[in-house]
Amino acid sequence: MELIKQPWPWYVAAPLIGLIVPALLLLGNKTFGISGTLRQVCAACIPANISFFKYDWKKESWNLFFAVGIIIGGFIATYLLSNSGQVNINPHTTALLQQEGVKDFSGLLPQDIFSFSQLFTLRGFIFIVVGGFLVGFGTRYAGGCTSGHAIMGISSLQWPSLVATCCFMIGGFVMTWFILPYLLQL
Amino acid sequence: MKNIKFLVVGMLFGIILVKSEVISWFRIQEMFRLQAFHMYGIIGSAIVVGIISIQLIKRFQLKTIHGEQIVVPDKIFHWGNVYGGLIFGLGWAITGACPGPLFAEIGSGFWVIIVTLLSAIAGTWTYGLLREKLPH
Repeated sequence: MELIKQPWPWYVAAPLIGLIVPALLLLGNKTFGISGTLRQVCAACIPANISFFKYDWKKESWNLFFAVGIIIGGFIATYLLSNSGQVNINPHTTALLQQEGVKDFSGLLPQDIFSFSQLFTLRGFIFIVVGGFLVGFGTRYAGGCTSGHAIMGISSLQWPSLVATCCFMIGGFVMTWFILPYLLQL
Repeated sequence: MKNIKFLVVGMLFGIILVKSEVISWFRIQEMFRLQAFHMYGIIGSAIVVGIISIQLIKRFQLKTIHGEQIVVPDKIFHWGNVYGGLIFGLGWAITGACPGPLFAEIGSGFWVIIVTLLSAIAGTWTYGLLREKLPH
C-alpha cells in the first residue's frame, strides 16, 4: 500500500496507459481518445444547428462514461491513494520557473496561477480560460489530442497522427520557450 | 448498462494519470523545457505497448467481447492536423493539461479547472462554428 501511495515512476504508468488501447478495442471496438468527448458535450448540450454537432451523439456516449470515469479515478487517486506532496521535478525547472514568477510549488498545479482568486487577473485568465480555449479548439481542428493522435494514432501506425503529434510538440516548445516567460510575468 | 465498463476503464486511466503526475502542470513544463525524461518515457513507452497490442490483435484476428471484428478506422491527413496541432500545443503548454488530465484534475479537487474545461468546450464549439471557413 505504501508503494501505491508513492508517485508511480514512468515505467509503471506507461505500460498501463498503453494497455488502455487494446482494452477499449476488445471491450467494444472503441478507439482511445478524449477530445472527442468535448464535441459530444457540444452535440448534446449546445448543437445550435451547427452541422458539425448534428450527429447521433448517443451512439458514441461511451466516451462520456469514460470521461466521468477519469474524474472519479482522479478523485480516488488523490484522496485515497496519495501522500500529497510536491512534485519532484528537476531543480533546474524549479529555478527557471521561480525566476519567471511562479511562487507555489507545493502541489500538482501552482496555486498562485490556477485558483479562483486568480481567475479575474489577466495572468489567471490567460492560463485558465484562454489556455483551455486553445486546447479545445486546437484538438478538434487537429482531429485528436495526446490520447487520440499521439497514443492511439501512432500505435495504429497512422502517419497523420505522427504529423499532428509533432505539431503538438512544436506548439508546446514555442509557447514554453518564447511566450510563456512573458505570460508568467503579467 | 453496457457503458459501465468504459467508466471503469476511465477510472483506471484517471488513477494512472494522477499517480504518475501526468496531470501536473510542472511535469509538462519539465517536458517542454527538455529537463526530464518522465513524460517522454510515459508517452513513448505507452505508444510501444500500444503498437505491440494492436499488432497482436491483428495477427491473431482477435474479436471484441461481443464477437465483432476489431477495426481501427484510418485517419486521413488534412492540414488541420498541422494548424490545429500547433494551436493545441500552444494551449497544452499554458494549461499544462491535455483533455484527459483536465478531467482528472477536476476529480483531484482543482475546482477552477472546471472553468478551463468549459472554455475547452467553448473552443471545440467555436471550431464547429468556423469549420467550413478554416483551411483543412
